[in-house]
Amino acid sequence: MILYSKTHEYIRVEGEKGYIGISDYAQKQLGNVVYVDMPDLGDELEKGEDFGAIESVKAASDLISPVSGEVVEVNDALSENPRLINADAMANWIIAVTINDPSELEDLMDQAAYDAFIAG
Amino acid sequence: MNRKVYGKLIFELSREGRRGYATPKSGISPEDVSIKQTPIPSSMTRKSSLSLPEVDEPTVVRHYNNMSTNNFGVDTGFYPLGSCTMKYNPKINEEMASHRLFAGLHPSTPAFAAQGALELYWTLQKALCEIGGMEEFTLNPFAGAQGELTGLMVIRTYHASRGEGEKRRKVIIPDSAHGTNPASAAVCGLEVVEVKSRPDGTVDVADLKPLLDDTVAAMMLTNPNTLGIFEKEIPAISALVHEAGGLMYYDGANLNPLLGVARPGDMGFDVMHVNLHKTFSTPHGGGGPGSGPVGVRKGLEKFLPNPKVVRRTVTPDGFPVNETNRYAVEYSPVALGSVSATLGNFAVQARALAYILTLGSDGLMEAGKLATLNATYIKESLKDLYLLPIEGLSKHEFVFDGLRDKSTGVTTLNIAKRLLDHGYHAPTIYFPLLFHESLMIEPTETESRETLDEFIAAMREIAREAIEDPETVKTAPHLTPVTRPDDTTAALNPVLTFDNLEP
Repeated sequence: MILYSKTHEYIRVEGEKGYIGISDYAQKQLGNVVYVDMPDLGDELEKGEDFGAIESVKAASDLISPVSGEVVEVNDALSENPRLINADAMANWIIAVTINDPSELEDLMDQAAYDAFIAG
Repeated sequence: MNRKVYGKLIFELSREGRRGYATPKSGISPEDVSIKQTPIPSSMTRKSSLSLPEVDEPTVVRHYNNMSTNNFGVDTGFYPLGSCTMKYNPKINEEMASHRLFAGLHPSTPAFAAQGALELYWTLQKALCEIGGMEEFTLNPFAGAQGELTGLMVIRTYHASRGEGEKRRKVIIPDSAHGTNPASAAVCGLEVVEVKSRPDGTVDVADLKPLLDDTVAAMMLTNPNTLGIFEKEIPAISALVHEAGGLMYYDGANLNPLLGVARPGDMGFDVMHVNLHKTFSTPHGGGGPGSGPVGVRKGLEKFLPNPKVVRRTVTPDGFPVNETNRYAVEYSPVALGSVSATLGNFAVQARALAYILTLGSDGLMEAGKLATLNATYIKESLKDLYLLPIEGLSKHEFVFDGLRDKSTGVTTLNIAKRLLDHGYHAPTIYFPLLFHESLMIEPTETESRETLDEFIAAMREIAREAIEDPETVKTAPHLTPVTRPDDTTAALNPVLTFDNLEP
């Protein structure tokens, strides 16, 4: 299940774990990504707060966590090659977190709702 | 502009042993030099020979002359770079600043021998007070961003003087602000809080209210904002921030349209900076250096940084002043400290004062209005083809959100690149971040109707071309010596010096 936030992060829910990245739409709007600032393993994230930043040739944007939880994986490949996000934003997640409170997923959008959101 | 030649680096022209000049052998032996008494530690001496290019004189002269023709500036063409106020730099400014009595002055010249220079500083300071509605200005900061930092340091020192230095750490900044605002606040050790804009680009007062409490140090505002829209609710915003005990900071980036029409001090701002290289026609960037004077309202002037220039009527000993001691340099113990060793970029101050005195108050009042007229003329002449996200009155600059017809896939970046083929500097693109395809145009007051008409015609031509021949626009520029440098690779693997070049 993939859900989206209004700030264009996605979370791919796999059991109690969620893989967080930025949407393909966000990737296109940002243009070529040159740097991804990621949290450390074990960091505790709060829903709605920033957990890092992404920098492109156009702009730098905060990364906002769609859920609260602990960082259990960090996609190290992105520090070597941040352009992977442009190549495939959905496959190249940024971090994985534990989902502490599944009810936090309720206000996120599914694919259809997100498509409508970016079109509107 | 030279559209063809993109020459080699001077290092690539270097040939071992080649010389333009040979200086005579020094008659002084190393033993004669006093430095032998305090030898340079071997850890600090150079181990390899100095890497300098070795070239003959004609090669040097041709290299730099050709390179200078690759440059683009306000002296070569129209430069509508939004938010940068690229107005023409009158040559009389240069003449004044390079006068030998100014240009030859050493920064450590004692005050009695530098009365004219100190008078210049004081006069410019007073002129800026009149323009900004402030009590006193310091001209010491070397750039706009340093001015911002200095202004925030004034605010921090003010709160500390009231015993609230630890508590008041929040700086409220709109999401439309220049990136320097949050950066300056962070460098000053303060905490940045963002306030949202309304759809018309102005500050959302409803969003601001909940942010205000006794932890607020200041609110930073650019007015007109980065979209060129005047903050109509500025008195209400000022009152709210003051009620919470915070100070209002005015980012002078967009002061140009307000010249002689409205004053930040009258809007409730407590601290402001101006960019002499924007509003007051001194050179920008590499042609600088810049200058970012900071002004404060009455009551805050004692916190302005040292050194300060004062004008006296009597000397400290009680004697009437004369031509050698009317102006003095002072250091105040309650000042925030110093942000510069000297009194700032003096030659830039000389240019700015030359500009202010050349125009006079009537001329300055005209400048802001003409800047607004010029911007509005371009906006109204293009809004049928380019998407204007915010209707209504704008000031000295405005923002399009790309072309109206986006079906061709031609982006703001493509339009900016294509403008180079027409001989223009590109406008500011992808800022502010409120829109996806921001294209920010600021013509300034110094452009003629003919220049504006030619630019409008070029923009209309590009919009037509985007439909009829989009590939040409997407692959522009075609007439520059270099086309489409790879900015991603440049950011990831920067080649910054000759040594980084691949052999």
